[in-house]
Amino acid sequence: MSMPNAMALGAHRGSIELKQFFRERASVVFTFTFPALLLLLLGSIFDGDVSRGGVTGGQVLTASFAAAGIVSTSFVNLGSALAVERDDGTLKRLRALPMPPVSFFLGKIVLVVVAGLAELALLLAIGAVMFDLPLLHDPVSWFTMAWLFVLGVTACSLLGIAASSLARSARSAGAITMVPYTVLLFISGVYIPHQALPGWMADLGAVFPIKWLAQGFRAALLPDHMAELEPAGRWELDRVAIVLALWCAGGLVLCLTTFRWRSSLTR
Amino acid sequence: MNDTAIRVRGLRKSYRDTVAVADLDLDVHRGETLAVLGPNGAGKSTTVEILSAQRPRDGGAVTVLGTDPADADRRFRSRVGIVSQNASDLLELTVGEVVRHFAAYYPSPRDPDKVIAEVGLTDQSNRKIRQLSGGQRRRVDVALGVVGNPELLFLDEPTTGFDPEARRQFWDLIRSLAADGTTTLLTTHYLDEAEALADRIAVIAAGRIRAAGTVADLVDDREATVSWRDGRRTTTAPTALVAELGDAYQGEIPDLAVTRRSLEDAYLRLIGQEVNA
Repeated sequence: MSMPNAMALGAHRGSIELKQFFRERASVVFTFTFPALLLLLLGSIFDGDVSRGGVTGGQVLTASFAAAGIVSTSFVNLGSALAVERDDGTLKRLRALPMPPVSFFLGKIVLVVVAGLAELALLLAIGAVMFDLPLLHDPVSWFTMAWLFVLGVTACSLLGIAASSLARSARSAGAITMVPYTVLLFISGVYIPHQALPGWMADLGAVFPIKWLAQGFRAALLPDHMAELEPAGRWELDRVAIVLALWCAGGLVLCLTTFRWRSSLTR
Repeated sequence: MNDTAIRVRGLRKSYRDTVAVADLDLDVHRGETLAVLGPNGAGKSTTVEILSAQRPRDGGAVTVLGTDPADADRRFRSRVGIVSQNASDLLELTVGEVVRHFAAYYPSPRDPDKVIAEVGLTDQSNRKIRQLSGGQRRRVDVALGVVGNPELLFLDEPTTGFDPEARRQFWDLIRSLAADGTTTLLTTHYLDEAEALADRIAVIAAGRIRAAGTVADLVDDREATVSWRDGRRTTTAPTALVAELGDAYQGEIPDLAVTRRSLEDAYLRLIGQEVNA
């Protein structure tokens, strides 16, 4: 009797993960609709700020929030979900099954990719409808968004898996991901533009992936002259790719060294 | 293939300073239901988790279905079913979705709908686990434990927290599963549960098996206690004593009772809490 195929099981896991995610109202509100709600609020407040070339505050915020949305559906979502699953018996039950670990992670990949794409579509739709962000102007822009999505989701998912091991129980799961996420949104030029931040804060933000992901999305979605407002005065897409790739590598090492199926509290 | 499903010799496991399992020996024969009976903290769950390849051991020789669980691969896991304690996961999925999903992991699963019917949840099949009662959720756990058509089933304190009626119903379910030849290792701290379900009972305390055998083996009922208004005597010949007393009282013996040692007496003696009678 042959064992079920690992890829097929990964697809099964993916569909179960998606059902669980979208049925759990708290996770949908927390990691999925929250970035969209914030974009609606902040975008409406700052839409009157018009910079050169008629680019509005709402359009800039939409581009930056595309990065926030990806981080939310990968880092925050995976990190808190795994901490909860380690605590409530999900991982223990799955580990006891004749399931290759790769199928479990394939399921998580399906979840973050589908949820991330849906999130991105929601945010871009808000930008287009509410803030007149032009979307279909350039195939290069879509290509840039595609590789940003792949690198961003990969890096942030791996970091989320690693962060989940820091949570000692399901109760601290939200804090372990929401606190760094919220802080980074402030110091990475998403909520507040770089120019308004103290120098040391902007420098600190530049260490982490959100700043680069947001810069990349602004490069993809905004007219080229807006690059002048970036810290370097350029889009620096090569640098964006390098930093995100480095975080992917670092995140993978952290995952491989820290991932546990069991909670330390259940001995 | 021999007739031993589980063979354990000198099993040891400690958590930091606490010894959970100390030099434990155990045999489970194919097709039997064995209850590991013991107080909380005796090492029951640790033993089950080691045997079912969910936890590494510190020492000892263990063979489960011809394999060392420390080397458990997918094939081994597909032959074993586990019903653990305290799971509170899968809440957003329906009974049918969960059982069908779990069936997909196994090379030759049972029909999910039949399994759902067996555990008595056909009417709840489209309800989310979140909406089920504690007893119904435990039935889902059992369904997930048996849907892979296991040769060996581990049930770790399956009825803890049940009301008496739910326990009775649950026992019927376990009996029907055991009746088709599945080897079952059950842990419990309820004497009546062990007595109702198991072919043999192994009494565990402080990480060691104190005795193992049928209820009759454990109780050792050669002696009975005869008590009446004016006295009390333990003897291997209670009938003769009662006849003697009948003659002495010339008719009814006041407050006569003849009792044999119960499983409870034997159990308390084995776990080192002798009753002061």
